[in-house]
Amino acid sequence: MSAPGGIAGGGGGACSLGIAGIGVLGPGLAGWQAAMPVLAGEAPFEAAPFTPPPPALLPATERRRTGPSVRLALAVAAEAVAASGLPPEELDTIFASSNGEPQVIVSILDALHAPDGAISPTQFHNSVHNAAAGYWGIAVGSARPSASLGGHDFAFATGLMQAGAQVAARGRPVLCVAHDVPMPEPLDALRPMQGAFAVALVLTPRPGPHGSLDLRFAPEAVAEEPPLPPPLAALRAGNPAARSLPLLAALAARRPARLRLALLEDAALDIAVAP
Amino acid sequence: MRRMFPLRITAYTATSAMGAGLAATRSALAARRSGLAPCDLPDMPPGIWIGRVREAEAVEPPAPLAAFACRNTRLAELALRQDGFMEAVAAAARRHGAQRIAVVLGTSTSGIEETERRWSRRDAAGALAPYDFARTHDLHALPRYVRARLGLAGPCVSVSTACTSGARSFLDAATLIAAGLADAAVVGGADTLCRLTLHGFGSLELLARGPTRPCAEDRDGISIGEAAAFALLERAGPGDGGALALLGGGASSDGHHMSSPHPDGHGAVTAMQEALASAGLAPAAIGYVNMHGTGTRANDAMEDRAIARVFGDAVPCSSTKGWTGHTLGASGALEAAISAICVEEGLVPGCLGLDRPDPSFASRIAVANIAAPVARVLSNSFGFGGSNCALVIGRLP
Repeated sequence: MSAPGGIAGGGGGACSLGIAGIGVLGPGLAGWQAAMPVLAGEAPFEAAPFTPPPPALLPATERRRTGPSVRLALAVAAEAVAASGLPPEELDTIFASSNGEPQVIVSILDALHAPDGAISPTQFHNSVHNAAAGYWGIAVGSARPSASLGGHDFAFATGLMQAGAQVAARGRPVLCVAHDVPMPEPLDALRPMQGAFAVALVLTPRPGPHGSLDLRFAPEAVAEEPPLPPPLAALRAGNPAARSLPLLAALAARRPARLRLALLEDAALDIAVAP
Repeated sequence: MRRMFPLRITAYTATSAMGAGLAATRSALAARRSGLAPCDLPDMPPGIWIGRVREAEAVEPPAPLAAFACRNTRLAELALRQDGFMEAVAAAARRHGAQRIAVVLGTSTSGIEETERRWSRRDAAGALAPYDFARTHDLHALPRYVRARLGLAGPCVSVSTACTSGARSFLDAATLIAAGLADAAVVGGADTLCRLTLHGFGSLELLARGPTRPCAEDRDGISIGEAAAFALLERAGPGDGGALALLGGGASSDGHHMSSPHPDGHGAVTAMQEALASAGLAPAAIGYVNMHGTGTRANDAMEDRAIARVFGDAVPCSSTKGWTGHTLGASGALEAAISAICVEEGLVPGCLGLDRPDPSFASRIAVANIAAPVARVLSNSFGFGGSNCALVIGRLP
């Protein structure tokens, strides 16, 4: 089996891949179908608060144990995979998040400093950064490999780079999810964030119903993130996963675009979008 | 599908409770000298043993990177200074260009120990005194630090798949190289002792009362340790015959439970089989299996069944966690380094602290060191969230 696209131009290495399904959840962006006209600029954006839905895919005992960040991740993953028509248990996955499930970390830190110092075993196993991936595997009965990445402000672009590289290298589809919720007090003062946001893309070796992407690493600083209308730019400023918005806007409008997203202070992911 | 393996291991280093660098690690393995000791860190669960790297505690990052100072950075810095690793990376940067070398590193808790220290000193309103969260507690702090310290400018990835993080970094780096996004990668991981993980495993009643004794019939749990280990991976060239290499790697998910492995070890079997298939090797080509072997009743029993399904009782197996403790997100990287030592030295390090393995086990557990040629090692890592990973380390043909 050979992957299409391949290494364009040798040394500079690029990955070409298709998009077979999209999921999104954020304030005023309730799923891809509802969000599309807003992202395409055809409908007004209204930032409505929302609660991440309990994951229907999980058995009740597991469902109760999931926190908001995991719920967000599972919701967008389920949406993107359903839209792709691919069997969820056959997809490799990459989950990227800056904060993981921060309310779990904060409650453990609180418990560690309480007089009896006892922490809950469930909280502890939910504190791992790959909790969302673990629950996804349980929900869809998947034995496929999975990686969970950090990335601070750059988690989305880092996850997309890694997932795109995996599609190109292994010639198999990859479910790529980015999810983040703000830190609770007192960590919010050190790591300020606003609004919950998650996005999922099912990436395939061949161009998909949502077109294709060409990804390239650029060892250059990003002077300015791609332009967005002010309310969407505010959303992006508040949450690392929302740094996907320029890409989602291009996909919603079905327009070709060249986007440069920061991977660090001195590195970027160049994305060419072909509808 | 592009060929992902083999990748030459041009340089590697490891720092754990066995000591800083490979010479100390080799000597501890050969002398069967454990680095575990009774826990003397404050506010930890009572009666446990740990694998502490005391030497790292006095290490400081260079002044321009002072904002990264925390327990995890200190340990990473100590490890980077060993075995000529920084010089080997500098030479690779001259060959490939700094922007063509990725840094892909695993950690489960990064610098959270810094936040733990400050938590007890919160002010009356519960606020923390300011510190550089992004460069300490945050998961990305580790690869950012190492990338800056080594003067690299390529892709930067933090992997956090619980106790497979360090092993998984090898696979994600191999992916970046195969896809053409990098020509080489610094891989590995670092994880440090902190209250979250020690009390966390305590809450699950998985901590051993003395030094951990993986594969013992009366094993009673984990000793937690800390470690940092790094390797430099590059595409293998025609002149590299005989060089150390990552020959293959495989991963899987259990899809079963967040903290208990599937009792039959289906996921572990899949990861091992994928690793062998990616290397184009039959099970008989493996000379030693370095187990995940945490010392818990469930892990070791599951892993024994899984190994027996893949290898029968033909291949000697052991866990080296009796030397280092379970170094969590660094364990896969540390044990990849130990595997490389086993190939270079011709050593099967038998499990520490037991005269005979659990008699119910079906695989061939070594309980004494065996000096014999080891052509290739398969190293297992398993983690919470049902994450499984296996690496094959050996020499290039």
